[in-house]
Amino acid sequence: MMRQAPRRAADYGPIAFPAAMLLLFFAVPFGLMIAVSFFQRVEGGFYEPAFVWSNYARFLSVFFGRVLSFSMLLAAGVAVLSVALAFPFTYLLTRLRRRTQVLWLVFLLSVLSLSEVIIGFAWATLLSANAGLTNLLVMLGLMDAPTSLSPGLGAVLVGIVYQAFPYTVLVLYPALSRLDPTLMEAARTLGSSPLKGFFTVVVPALRNSIVATLIMVFVFALGCYLLPQLLGRPQHWTLSVLITDQALFQANMPFAAAMAVFLVLVSLGLVGLSLLVGKKENAA
Amino acid sequence: MSGLALDGLTKRYGSFTALQPTHLTIPHGQFVCLLGPSGCGKTTLLRMVAGLDSPTEGRILLDGTDITHKPAHQRNFGMVFQSLALFPHLTVGENIAYPLRIRGVPKADQGREVDRLLGLVRLPGVADRAVSQLSGGQRQRIAIARALALSPKLFLLDEPLSALDAKLREAMQIELKLLQERLGITTIVVTHDQREAMTMADLVVVMSQGRVRQAASPIDVYRRPADSFVADFIGMTNLLNGHVSAGSLAVEGGALAVPGLPASGPATISVRPEELRVHREGAGPNRLPGTVSFIRDLGSHVEMRIDVAGREMIAVATPQDRPMVEPGQRVGVELPPTSCVVLPS
Repeated sequence: MMRQAPRRAADYGPIAFPAAMLLLFFAVPFGLMIAVSFFQRVEGGFYEPAFVWSNYARFLSVFFGRVLSFSMLLAAGVAVLSVALAFPFTYLLTRLRRRTQVLWLVFLLSVLSLSEVIIGFAWATLLSANAGLTNLLVMLGLMDAPTSLSPGLGAVLVGIVYQAFPYTVLVLYPALSRLDPTLMEAARTLGSSPLKGFFTVVVPALRNSIVATLIMVFVFALGCYLLPQLLGRPQHWTLSVLITDQALFQANMPFAAAMAVFLVLVSLGLVGLSLLVGKKENAA
Repeated sequence: MSGLALDGLTKRYGSFTALQPTHLTIPHGQFVCLLGPSGCGKTTLLRMVAGLDSPTEGRILLDGTDITHKPAHQRNFGMVFQSLALFPHLTVGENIAYPLRIRGVPKADQGREVDRLLGLVRLPGVADRAVSQLSGGQRQRIAIARALALSPKLFLLDEPLSALDAKLREAMQIELKLLQERLGITTIVVTHDQREAMTMADLVVVMSQGRVRQAASPIDVYRRPADSFVADFIGMTNLLNGHVSAGSLAVEGGALAVPGLPASGPATISVRPEELRVHREGAGPNRLPGTVSFIRDLGSHVEMRIDVAGREMIAVATPQDRPMVEPGQRVGVELPPTSCVVLPS
């Protein structure tokens, strides 16, 4: 196929509509948010236009530092758990028959369509003492009495990993299905058991895809704000929860905007990093 | 019993039979070529020997020991894949050292072994390069070196040279044969290229439709094909169908004296193009009259296509023996009795 670089202004025509949409619904609101983040809050009221750094200066508090580092650690934990679960799963999935693969992918997509609220309440029920999974363990004689596992850090992790898992599989799927199956066969003839071959060939051959996926899931988990509230205690609340709280309940729009801008910049930085890693993989 | 033995080895996928029950014995140190068109079951056979596919029925014996159900990673066979399957995340040296690393061989010994193997495939000093920096022929050698790293009992190659251009392929065929002779390693190569099989093999196993048609030395396969498929697949040939009557074969255009004919009934014979003799006179013993339809002079040999009673026959002559004939000329084609091979019908 011939591909020519656009030369005249009219050549850019096809992208005019999406560009306008992006400008209208992303660039403009984001610009407004950046502007608001420098505005002055009016106590008991709303905010007034100004140019102050005070909203950003509040990042330098212990409380903010604690929330930020918890958010980062939680997102990192979710990313590692999701990829650790999804990578072997996706590898086995790509070895199945085409039809079975399609069925699984459709199922995962439908999980992806569940709202965060439903996921949160479903897990809250599943992890509760009254109707939860521990009742099953008691029935099997593995536990003495049913206990509540929610709210807690474990519950938050389970909820977000559940939500991130289909997403992770879908991101890993193209790379794993492109992997030459004879690599694994070669590893077997050279003396690797299937498990050893998986760790010495499949994982290292796709290390860049794994890193890129980790960053993607990390960014995804960083934006989570409902599940930490539904399944966690206040100390498990993330930066996103704090932003919602500031914006909706404390009516401190400038500070919420400043935090949102910060979060977007961190996310963009990480996505950029993942693109860079992906580019290196393609070049190799 | 020493060597590799296949005892009724069979592979079925549902109702499709990829490999009919196959019996084959390969003594130690032999170079075997599994030769046939695509889909004939040759790769299936090789993969079962490697342990990558499990047979539906039958056994695989190595030196009398049943290895049918031994997992691939415990067989210690070296295998070269059609795609080469070099690990993209490892350097050349790390690729070759992979089987050693898996077995916990000390680093220093790994390095020595890599150098020795690179010397063996005549590519010294590339251990630190990335696989992507090598040419097709060089990658080929690396795949061979890696497969030989364990000094395997069996060396298996699945269409190893198919990705190379014609000239390089010829050179690699000779090199592979010399390497095998030097190491004395039992080798099985899958190929669809009969020249490749003729160049390298001690034993050619011709297969089609999941069945072994003939297993013999290259020259036997060529001179004494077991059936019309083998005769046609290996090189060019002239196949003539006829009827036996009064001790000779009646074909379109005349009667031929052929040794080894059945007492009566239909029979097919195969005659190689270079065995045919073209005469300017139509009459003579074992001669069929015909008309030259096309001549092509390829420099090293001359190929003549002759219309004999409506069927085309091909004759090949060296430039020195070239008969003085022109297209359109009426000629006599002689089929020397000893060069005619009677094929089972």
